[in-house]
Amino acid sequence: MTEYLGLSMLLFTIGAAGVLVRRNAIVVFMCVELMLNAANLALVSFSRRHGELDGQLAAFFVMVVAAAEVVVGLAIIVSIYRTRRSTSVDDASLLKA
Amino acid sequence: MNEIPAPVLEWDLIAPLMVLGAVAVVGVLLEAFVPRGPRFVVQASVAIGGVVAALGTTIWTATRTDVLDGDVLARGQVAAEGALSVDGPSLFTWGLLLVLALLSMLLFAERRLGGGLSAFTGRAADAPGSSGEAEATRHRLEHTEVFPLALFALLGMMLFAASTDLLMMFVALEVLSLPLYVLCGLARRRRLLSQEAALKYFLLGAFSSAFFLYGVALVYGYAGGFGLAEVADAVASRTQERPLLLAGVALLAVGLLFKVGAVPFHSWTPDVYQGAPTPVTAFMAAGTKAAAVVALARVLLVAFGGAEWDWQPAFWAVAALTMLVGAVGSIAQGDVKRMLAYSSIAHAGFILVGVVGATGGDGITSVSSALFYLTAYGVATIGAFAVVMLVRDASGESTDLDTWTGLGRRAPWLAGAFALFMLSFAGIPLTAGFIGKWGVFSAAWAGGLWPLVVLGVLVSAVAAFFYVRVVLTMFFDEPRPDGPLLAVPGAMTTVVVTVAAVATVALGVMPGPVLDLAQQAGAFVR
Repeated sequence: MTEYLGLSMLLFTIGAAGVLVRRNAIVVFMCVELMLNAANLALVSFSRRHGELDGQLAAFFVMVVAAAEVVVGLAIIVSIYRTRRSTSVDDASLLKA
Repeated sequence: MNEIPAPVLEWDLIAPLMVLGAVAVVGVLLEAFVPRGPRFVVQASVAIGGVVAALGTTIWTATRTDVLDGDVLARGQVAAEGALSVDGPSLFTWGLLLVLALLSMLLFAERRLGGGLSAFTGRAADAPGSSGEAEATRHRLEHTEVFPLALFALLGMMLFAASTDLLMMFVALEVLSLPLYVLCGLARRRRLLSQEAALKYFLLGAFSSAFFLYGVALVYGYAGGFGLAEVADAVASRTQERPLLLAGVALLAVGLLFKVGAVPFHSWTPDVYQGAPTPVTAFMAAGTKAAAVVALARVLLVAFGGAEWDWQPAFWAVAALTMLVGAVGSIAQGDVKRMLAYSSIAHAGFILVGVVGATGGDGITSVSSALFYLTAYGVATIGAFAVVMLVRDASGESTDLDTWTGLGRRAPWLAGAFALFMLSFAGIPLTAGFIGKWGVFSAAWAGGLWPLVVLGVLVSAVAAFFYVRVVLTMFFDEPRPDGPLLAVPGAMTTVVVTVAAVATVALGVMPGPVLDLAQQAGAFVR
């Protein structure tokens, strides 16, 4: 039980750190997905601890939402890639004060 | 085998959501079946009709809600198996969101400004500057999907403000965000900026919603349920595992404060507001903020009201910083849309001051003061962005603040309306902004937060100085010879500017009716 929560927190931290340090938009996005999956693991572990199904059910909702997010996210990243031939988040820096 | 009981849905209470959702789905079908020629007009009419129908249904529902007996005024009930709370604040927010969306839809449908084409790109799949884009413009293509997308975002906002279950809240958060990410990237002019805004909004938005979700998971672990009422019971009765609860509250707050646009989660706001097509910016600035503030207040006051002393100090700091950064930031901006973005950050701070005052009972409560402020802010914001749409040069909107010098000489009515919105933002008496500020500050004062109120008044003075400076350069400086052309205002945009200006004055001179509505909305029902 605690082990699963520990793993979940580790995954979440790796994901959050990845979003902050990686430069490729697709890798950043994969790190966000890692965070969502960490949350899923936590939901399922807590569900087992409470002895009920709500948490597991929530994990399904999260998967569906994550899938929808992938569709929108990749569409945006691809449209930028077509223009700039790059997916680096550092190159997208036209908007400034 | 156990039988699965069918869920009981209170159709009469959730009718506004159903109407809006149905119209949005019909919009998707129209996209497939209506020929290209009349499609834009059909989609725009259906979207506007759908919003009006949902508004009518909301009013109908509001007249049927019962007032609950109790210590504080409250009306309405929890619906849809505990997922939604159709109470006074929800219904007020629904009405507000629908009115704001109606104005935004008119801006979406405006085609006269762009030479008969809408503000959205003809074919988003073409790279900016490519031959495909030129071809799309030559064939006068238009993306009419923007209307169903906006309706889905609106549905998400309404769900977000009313959800009383953390899982529902997460789904609503995504339903409101995903269409907005797409809409942000669809500008017809300055497409690189627009795509960049969409990328930034998407990555940061997905990042913040991951935090929100992990917060949901931790709070579920603490409380053993997703319902805000269950969480509130657990907060009141369980004393062990407090760190789990606090970590959960903190992570939930990250996600919610991101949508509110509060410091330190505000950095996306100027970039996204500047890059997104202006009608989308108007819709997003007014709508998302209203939905997110109500959701934040609901989470804090309903679920975590029992742990008030644990979260309040952090939110005092957030509110103070948000006001300061927003007001100081707006001074340094040279672009009208960025300036309005920083101003929206400052307003988020003022609203948070009212919310963290956490005052209930008689008189003006935190919730009703925030609701009135959101109304005042929402109409002025949509009006201001509508004016931005009208001040144009050869390459589209002329958003450089320098080019607005002397605008009052060339277009007195337009500049006058913009000045009115600026004065309302500044909180000058006889405008809606003044009553809004007075409301949140008195709610916070009643909650004993006088240091925040003093800081808030000082920050308002700094911000007012800046807003008045914009008004002065518009009216008392010579127009530049290379100043922007003023587009002939299309009928829709003129209507929006007029309605927003009239509402701003009316809410300032006679705030009574709307203020009463906000106060009668009463407390959250759990």
